[in-house]
Amino acid sequence: MAGGTAAISIEGVTKVYPNGLVALQHVNLDIRAGEIFALLGPNGAGKTTLISIVCGIVNATSGRVLADGHDTVADYRAARRKIGLVPQELSTDAFETVWATVSFSRGLFGRRADPAHIEHVLRELSLWDKRHSKIITLSGGMKRRVMIAKALSHEPRILFLDEPTAGVDVELRRDMWDMMRRLRESGVTIVLTTHYIDEAEQMADRVGVIDRGRLIVVEEKAALMQKLGKTQLLVTLQHALPDVPDSLSPWRLELAAGGTELLYTYDGQAESNGISSLLRQLDLLGVEVKNLQTRQSSLEDIFVDLVHGRP
Amino acid sequence: MNRHAILAIYRFEMSRTWRTLLQSIVSPVISTSLYFVVFGAAIGSRMARVDGVSYGAFIVPGLVMLSLLTQSIANASFGIYFPKFVGTIYEILSAPVSALEIVLGYVGAAASKSIILGLIILVTARLFVPFGVAHPVWMLGFLVLTAVTFSLFGFIIGIWADSFEKLNLVPLLVVTPLTFLGGSFYSIGMLPPFWRSVTLFNPVVYLVSGFRWSFFGVSDIGPGVSLGMTVMFLTVCLAIVFWIFKTGYRLKR
Repeated sequence: MAGGTAAISIEGVTKVYPNGLVALQHVNLDIRAGEIFALLGPNGAGKTTLISIVCGIVNATSGRVLADGHDTVADYRAARRKIGLVPQELSTDAFETVWATVSFSRGLFGRRADPAHIEHVLRELSLWDKRHSKIITLSGGMKRRVMIAKALSHEPRILFLDEPTAGVDVELRRDMWDMMRRLRESGVTIVLTTHYIDEAEQMADRVGVIDRGRLIVVEEKAALMQKLGKTQLLVTLQHALPDVPDSLSPWRLELAAGGTELLYTYDGQAESNGISSLLRQLDLLGVEVKNLQTRQSSLEDIFVDLVHGRP
Repeated sequence: MNRHAILAIYRFEMSRTWRTLLQSIVSPVISTSLYFVVFGAAIGSRMARVDGVSYGAFIVPGLVMLSLLTQSIANASFGIYFPKFVGTIYEILSAPVSALEIVLGYVGAAASKSIILGLIILVTARLFVPFGVAHPVWMLGFLVLTAVTFSLFGFIIGIWADSFEKLNLVPLLVVTPLTFLGGSFYSIGMLPPFWRSVTLFNPVVYLVSGFRWSFFGVSDIGPGVSLGMTVMFLTVCLAIVFWIFKTGYRLKR
């Protein structure tokens, strides 16, 4: 693969459930070591199925997955030791204490007890004061932190976060973003699925979009936004126009807001974007301009175009 | 071998026992004590000796077996069903543990609890009726083998069940009747010939009989046959568990 070693290699993975539902169709994906990769897609697109196959919870119908070079089926012990998973659902041992459940996870992944590491993880996640509390007594946000602590207990090199900030408050969301950045800095590869596109925009190095079981785009976030993003100039007029004058046809303008707005879409990276000539032409036509505003399409706009633009 | 994982599961399951001490240990001990009060002291004193053993002492092995079977199944089935129910099974399935290690952790803990309980019941029974143990090594052997076998059986039920109703279905409708009809409270020699033959299809008869032999040196069925039948049932359970993990039945999608 180009641009670095693959922490995860997904090769031709297909999943067909017994009821005939095709959840994944020949998915190929390399996730680079040390990156934050955001996997985006609408509900039912196959994100969780893909993560579950990598982590060993769901069996693939065909294809294979390598984690740090280890086949996740043939060499599952070595592969799984590298991986930590924070699933979407808040599934916890309600009657256990925070300390006990996180220590249990470390043992389960074959690691010797290490109270110092558990303490470090709990402090990082602001759970240290709650270490003797039973999980049932914690808030939803705290339970989410416990699940992350469990996933980090065995010091994984690859961390899967399936909708980690779903239903958490703004403060916790920011905390989690900070934690992800710190983990990335320590060399952990992070694969993130999220419904919050701004989260991917904030955090991800690369973005993959999955829809109806097919991976339709994998791109550097910046390159994706440059390649598929649009820049628009919104011209608010003093008086409404009945339609776009013929002399403005080279700019392919759209008339909006009852004729009081002209929308000009252009290539933001081009040498000449045509804005100056457009404004001159408007002046020549005697069209009075009230306001000018430019906007760059967000990752969300690109995502919506990609998913809803598909046949 | 991921021994840290086996120990983690084992300790986790055992800690549940201490957390729910009343339900896990005290409750079965009280109910078994009631059996001894009613069948041993109250009714037993008016009954003839069976195979040369007082009735109160005669029912001791059967009652221990009754608790051992029901508790082994209950402990193991609940142990694996609960993570499925609350969703924490994801962690077991995504961990670097083999099927054997999972079974050793869950079944080992369930069997340990049952054995501890069985021994506590034996001590409790000794407070009500006098009895000795003729073959202590065989007694312990039958105790351990039965606990492991029925914990495996419970583990299978726990994986198969997709509701609490199903979890209780087999123990209530199959295991309890088989145990009561398996010679816990009587010698199968007391039955008419036809029913004696029918009873031989009940696997619990062999467990109770072998266990009783280890106490009194007398039994309906020879200890070798009892041991063979128990090992056969253990082998069947192991084969089913092996198939479950090979196919991911009711565990993986």
